[in-house]
Amino acid sequence: MVDNMSGDRFVEFERVQKSYDGETLVVKDLNLSMPRGEFLTMLGPSGSGKTTCLMMLAGFETATHGDIRLGGVSINNIPPHKRGIGMVFQNYALFPHMTVAENLSFPLEVRKMAKSEREEKVKRALDMVQMGAFGGRRPAQLSGGQQQRIALARALVFEAELVLMDEPLGALDKQLREHMQFEIKRIADNLGITVVYVTHDQTEALTMSDRVAVFDDGRIQQLAPPDKLYEEPENSFVAQFIGENNTLEGEVMEINGGLAVVKLDDGELIDCKPVHPSVKPGARTQVSIRPERVEYNKARLQEGVHTLKAEVLEFIYMGDIFRTRLRVAGNEDFVIKTRNAPDQDRLEPGRQIEIGWLPEDCRALDA
Amino acid sequence: MSDVTDATTGKRAPTPDDALRIADSNQGGPVLAADGRPLKRSLNRALRMQKLRALALIAPLLIFVLITFIAPIADMLFRSVENQIVSETLPETVVALSDWQPDGGELPSEKVFEALYVDIFMAQERKLHTRLGSRLNYELTGMSSLLRKSGRGVKRFDTDIYTEQFTALDPSWADPATWVAMMADKANRDALPLTARSWARWVDFLEEEGDDPAKEDVEDFLFTTLYSDLVAGNTGGATDPRIAVAADAVGGFETVSLRDQFKAVDKDWVNPEVWRTILTYSPDYTSGYFLNAVDMQQGHDGPETRPENQQIYVKLFTRTMFMSLVITGSCILLGYPVAWILANLPMRTANMLMILVLLPFWTSLLVRTSAWKVMLQQQGVINDVLVWLGLVNDSARLVMINNQFGTIVAMTHILLPFMILPMYSVMQTIPPSYMRAAKSLGATDWTAFWRVYFPQCVPGIGAGSILVFILSIGYYITPEIVGGTTGTFISNRIAYHISSSLNWGLAAALGTILLAVVLILYWAYDRIVGIDNVKLG
Ligand SMILES: Nc1ncnc2c1ncn2[C@@H]1O[C@H](COP(=O)(O)OP(=O)(O)OP(=O)(O)O)[C@@H](O)[C@H]1O
Ligand SMILES: [Mg+2]
Repeated sequence: MVDNMSGDRFVEFERVQKSYDGETLVVKDLNLSMPRGEFLTMLGPSGSGKTTCLMMLAGFETATHGDIRLGGVSINNIPPHKRGIGMVFQNYALFPHMTVAENLSFPLEVRKMAKSEREEKVKRALDMVQMGAFGGRRPAQLSGGQQQRIALARALVFEAELVLMDEPLGALDKQLREHMQFEIKRIADNLGITVVYVTHDQTEALTMSDRVAVFDDGRIQQLAPPDKLYEEPENSFVAQFIGENNTLEGEVMEINGGLAVVKLDDGELIDCKPVHPSVKPGARTQVSIRPERVEYNKARLQEGVHTLKAEVLEFIYMGDIFRTRLRVAGNEDFVIKTRNAPDQDRLEPGRQIEIGWLPEDCRALDA
Repeated sequence: MSDVTDATTGKRAPTPDDALRIADSNQGGPVLAADGRPLKRSLNRALRMQKLRALALIAPLLIFVLITFIAPIADMLFRSVENQIVSETLPETVVALSDWQPDGGELPSEKVFEALYVDIFMAQERKLHTRLGSRLNYELTGMSSLLRKSGRGVKRFDTDIYTEQFTALDPSWADPATWVAMMADKANRDALPLTARSWARWVDFLEEEGDDPAKEDVEDFLFTTLYSDLVAGNTGGATDPRIAVAADAVGGFETVSLRDQFKAVDKDWVNPEVWRTILTYSPDYTSGYFLNAVDMQQGHDGPETRPENQQIYVKLFTRTMFMSLVITGSCILLGYPVAWILANLPMRTANMLMILVLLPFWTSLLVRTSAWKVMLQQQGVINDVLVWLGLVNDSARLVMINNQFGTIVAMTHILLPFMILPMYSVMQTIPPSYMRAAKSLGATDWTAFWRVYFPQCVPGIGAGSILVFILSIGYYITPEIVGGTTGTFISNRIAYHISSSLNWGLAAALGTILLAVVLILYWAYDRIVGIDNVKLG
């Protein structure tokens, strides 16, 4: 998908900062470069500056400092209407006084395209989102999902290479959202467009994207493909923000051959993989383990690894999986997930077990 | 949508479009409710109960609105065509005149003058003749004084010779009690129809005054009608013996021509024009007020335009329309930017400025209008400044008040809030993302404004325009104060007819036309812009 001819620097943010009030930096130091054809998602808690970044890229906000480049050209001084960036707004922003077809034809009209060509393109765009029969309707006569598709078609109809989407599925119900995620991804892949997608929803981010940029506090905390992000979070914010995560706190005792030994606060020792640069002997650390990587079946535990005692507090049957809450090293929110397989134990509350994991699944991060 | 499939099962997942498609395809027979009756009927029944209950709730308000709002308008519509005053004041004349040919160039017959004599006598007793005079004066100048003079004149008519001749024949004729007895008998009343009707009116009048008909002197006009009935000669069935005696005697009576009597009072009575006017306005309902309101009148052959120097209303109507349009237009031009600024400022500042917009509402209308007089008059602030700046010569100060310009300036100022408020409330609901969307789609600032923002303001502009136009079309105080002669509106004329000339019929007709014009414009607006496209807040 990545067009190597145009290089992997189609969209570039370089040391971008943004302040609205001159007192606080909303975006602190943004460095990002995207190859052509990539589907990149900005994920982060509310107020972390995602929309601000998108608006700077679209040209509705100016960067306080730094350079934003598109195709190698700085666009800091190019007005929004000349940037040729398609945009899908959270509330769709379909023009209520125009029909669906007129909405789609609008970007072509302002580009002074001939009528026949316009109609042709509008029709093709409507067909692409399977809304061919709705050209004569007003936006108000469409359902939320249909409006969403029209908004998408409108952002694509003028063949923008870069499309920005700010929480485009935020207003839809779960089922429709999943359906539209699939649609958007399919269309983006088919057209080979570059997409910057903003969302709150980590599942959405993980399922759709080539890469995910996790935002917090005006910075990108980690920029990585979904699997890497989930399995190899680089700091405790990312580990906790993406997916379910168990955290144990302790002090690093020693680092030996790529393995660190951490002494938990109740005195027990565990093996883990040192990830964060701050993990040095003597430093405090937060250890992160994914619930599905925890093993309590002694037969399957490796020889010689440290194990911890645990008490079962709660057992929740969730259909495909079992979710069990344990007390581990004083932490009462330690969760493990096991697959609902025929030979799987159902752990009743009160039972004492021993748990363990592979050292590389246990990541020592910043405190 | 065939590719919207669930990867694991291969089945189509339901999408929201399905509901739409199902609704579209459901075109079979009528849908039945659970009890088997057509759903539509069940629904209607359920809704009817709700509607009745709702109606009962709003009934007090509805009655209030009907009484205070609909009733005056209905009354106005009625007054604009109502014309019972002629047939009520001159009932005999109107009947007698009905077979007169106005085009023959001849005067009505002696019978008509007799009837007129009875009517005017009764009218002057009841003091109604002056009212009739003013009514007919709207149609023909001179009628007012003619009727006033005649009211005085009928008392001195030479008809006393009939009284004398009848009493000479039988002195008991002078005794009103014998009249009472005679008129109590139906046979006598049938024999003397005109006398009987006139007597009945006379008795009614006396009783209203609290007098006894059996004691008041019998007036000359009753003897005149008696003579007229006897001469007509259908007195066979009468039971009063005096009637037969008198019928034999009247052939030799000395007579008096009522036409000459009336002519002696005023020569106008032998002018066919006067009679034509009475005939034209004798029906209970007339189009005369409406014709008058559009500078026309009933002529010899149907409606015709009035002479040039009497034409005023059409000019006033067009001026009112034109100036209202100009005022509406200038309100749009001035109001739009203000509303835009208000809608785009932060809430706090916008609220502050809103107070400035509303400030005029809290000041007396008279004060504001008079302030414009101070500003615009020839020795006023603006002229002084212009002269001081040397832009205008002191001897050629601008005339900006007591003309159309003054009215337009003052009224634009006064009506501006009515334009700004609906515009503002509409603009406030337009999210900024529309403009951004337009720009991201490649539109320049101007295109984005004109193609995307402005069309969404139209409901507000429409609402404001309707408000301002309708208010200004009926505005009265400001044009009255600053309008002079060239800047007055039709409403000033209506006010004049209501309070000065007391021609309420004409005022009502003018008001009705104004109402019709407003309704037509409203209708036209609905056709062009669509009334559902109006948003007041
Ligand atoms: N126009 C503005 N003026 C001042 N501050 C603003 C403005 N827009 C955003 N901010 C501030 O900038 C910060 C980041 O806002 P931004 O809209 O980028 O967040 P976000 O990541 O998109 O959040 P969300 O997920 O809730 O949409 C917030 O603290 C917000 O209060
Ligand atoms: Mg946002």
